[in-house]
Amino acid sequence: MTGDTKSKSILVIAEVVDKALAPITFELLSLASKLAEQSGGQVGAIVFDNQETTRRALIAAGADHIFYQENESSVDADVLTAAIVQTIANNAFEAILFGHNAFGSDLAPRVAFRSSGSIATNCESTSFEGGYFVGKRVCYGGKARGIVRLRKNPAVITVRSGSAAPAEQDSGRAGVETPIKADFSVARSQLVDRQSEDLRGLRLETAKIVIAGGRGLGGPEGFKVLESVAQKLGAAVGASRVACDLGWCSPSMQIGLTGKTIIPDLYIAVGISGASQHMAGCAAARTIVAINTDPDAPIFMDANIGIVGDYKELLPKIVEEIGRLNS
Amino acid sequence: MHIVVCVKQVHDPEVAPALFTINEATNAVVSVAGLAQVISPYDEQAIEAALRMKDKKPDTKITVLTIGAASAREVLKHALSMGADEAILVNISAGVLLDSYATAKFLHEAVNKIGSFDLILAGRQSADLDAGVVGNGLAELLHIPAITFAKRIEVVESKVVVDRVVDNGSEKIETTLPALITVSNEIGAARKPNLRETMRASRKPTQSWTQADLSKEPMEATEELIKLFIPKKEKHCEFLAGTSAAEQASLLVRKLRDARLI
Ligand SMILES: Cc1cc2nc3c(=O)[nH]c(=O)nc-3n(C[C@H](O)[C@H](O)[C@H](O)COP(=O)(O)OP(=O)(O)OC[C@H]3O[C@@H](n4cnc5c(N)ncnc54)[C@H](O)[C@@H]3O)c2cc1C
Ligand SMILES: Nc1ncnc2c1ncn2[C@@H]1O[C@H](COP(=O)(O)O)[C@@H](O)[C@H]1O
Repeated sequence: MTGDTKSKSILVIAEVVDKALAPITFELLSLASKLAEQSGGQVGAIVFDNQETTRRALIAAGADHIFYQENESSVDADVLTAAIVQTIANNAFEAILFGHNAFGSDLAPRVAFRSSGSIATNCESTSFEGGYFVGKRVCYGGKARGIVRLRKNPAVITVRSGSAAPAEQDSGRAGVETPIKADFSVARSQLVDRQSEDLRGLRLETAKIVIAGGRGLGGPEGFKVLESVAQKLGAAVGASRVACDLGWCSPSMQIGLTGKTIIPDLYIAVGISGASQHMAGCAAARTIVAINTDPDAPIFMDANIGIVGDYKELLPKIVEEIGRLNS
Repeated sequence: MHIVVCVKQVHDPEVAPALFTINEATNAVVSVAGLAQVISPYDEQAIEAALRMKDKKPDTKITVLTIGAASAREVLKHALSMGADEAILVNISAGVLLDSYATAKFLHEAVNKIGSFDLILAGRQSADLDAGVVGNGLAELLHIPAITFAKRIEVVESKVVVDRVVDNGSEKIETTLPALITVSNEIGAARKPNLRETMRASRKPTQSWTQADLSKEPMEATEELIKLFIPKKEKHCEFLAGTSAAEQASLLVRKLRDARLI
């Protein structure tokens, strides 16, 4: 079976965090360029921001056509959905790429339904095959992958971070810039308040080394111990969902299916059993070290290096050893 | 106030990896004998969220709605035993896998048949498909506002105020009823079924509808599952020897240093 053969353009939904393009946007642009090569179309990007630097960066990273919001920016889902749906319709985009995070996961289904398209969320790769956009999805709590063919365009796809190397920047590229005006009158809800976490220390998503704790830490004190190791290693601290749910640490530290996806060079899992939902966020780390009292813990199936033991005894010794090595 | 909670029956998401297998001929997960299917955890938390509203406003009615095989009656029973008031099963044949679009469309028809509602709650994602599509999709079909990833919900007269989880923080959003809200795990643990509600459960109104009761239109799938598989694990864990924590620590640090990881 094949879809029709005319060329198909791809739209990337760019994300701006603290005035800068989010890393996921560069991954999406790199995927979009590959898809566009296969489908013979162009790469568009829509961005709810009117900084010239943003547009330049998007073009340098592979976008041929930028749609940028020139009036005051908005975070309202209805306002953003309407702007995206309009841009898709006006420019006949046939595949739409979002990051699979709170921003993208919130908007993507709205866009898919309102554009009468189809949708594959939680994808770790995408392709264009036999005339259709295809997504490889993470499902069953990370235990399985499903290859899904999207039979109706626009094909809306949300992509997990780490699915592609970020697009290379070529400042010599040219692109078209089209301003769009968001229509604030379509908003049906109101933002009353927004609390952003003060991101002390290293960001989980970009840290080269991450040390994370789970229920096996036994309480919030355990995270103090992790922090002392993290400081020595220049690592960021993460957590399993259970540790977050128990209130031992902040929810933004959650790694996994519904938490952050990280690809550090070194991941040290302490007192974490290694449930598939957790590993969905960290299995791609280059080296995984697991510290667990249970030799049969599933984490050892994903780990490169395992230590069977009590973290309370091990971590202080590890801190000592690093100290010795550094002196 | 009338709250409709959309719930789904799923294979136990916490099943040991060794018991999780896929039939490659049918692209479906093999049901393991003796392992019960469960209510998708976020949906259970959505019921909890509804019950907390009912705790504050006892004249609230909670209807749980599921599309599934006959076995899905179990999750409805579970919901009623937690304290929900009414239950509806939209009965489809066992083994039929609906895509997100078809599910949302069916739920839309079912909600229309239910008639009036003030609030619809869904889970942030189902624990089998892990899609997170049906909630917002249903809201689109109903033309009502949707707020995702709720960790706290409060109804104040004709408005609902929702604290939602976003990347690295949270937002407080307010909208007018009727609305749809998807619930995230940060809302907190769901209560256990209690004796009183469990005894009453069999007397609470439960309806069973079929596809024909809802829609005459044939269902057109927009997503086609080509292949479902378990990714291979290629790692081999090297367990560090050493008889004391000090020895293990020293081995580990040296290894990581040699590999230039630290
Ligand atoms: C729909 C759904 C989505 C989910 N999403 C996520 C997600 O995004 N992220 C996530 O992490 N989880 C998620 N989960 C939860 C997941 O299934 C597991 O329940 C969770 O990851 C387990 O957390 P844990 O490893 O900290 O706890 P446990 O599984 O209880 O493991 C604790 C481990 O600590 C070990 N231990 C105990 N004492 C010590 C000690 N002194 N020293 C060393 N080790 C010790 C134990 O042997 C055990 O292996 C999700 C679940 C569902 C159903
Ligand atoms: N078959 C179903 N019956 C009732 N509700 C469902 C069904 N499938 C999904 N839902 C609801 O939609 C939410 C999101 O599902 P999904 O889009 O599949 O991840 C679930 O948490 C449920 O609340």
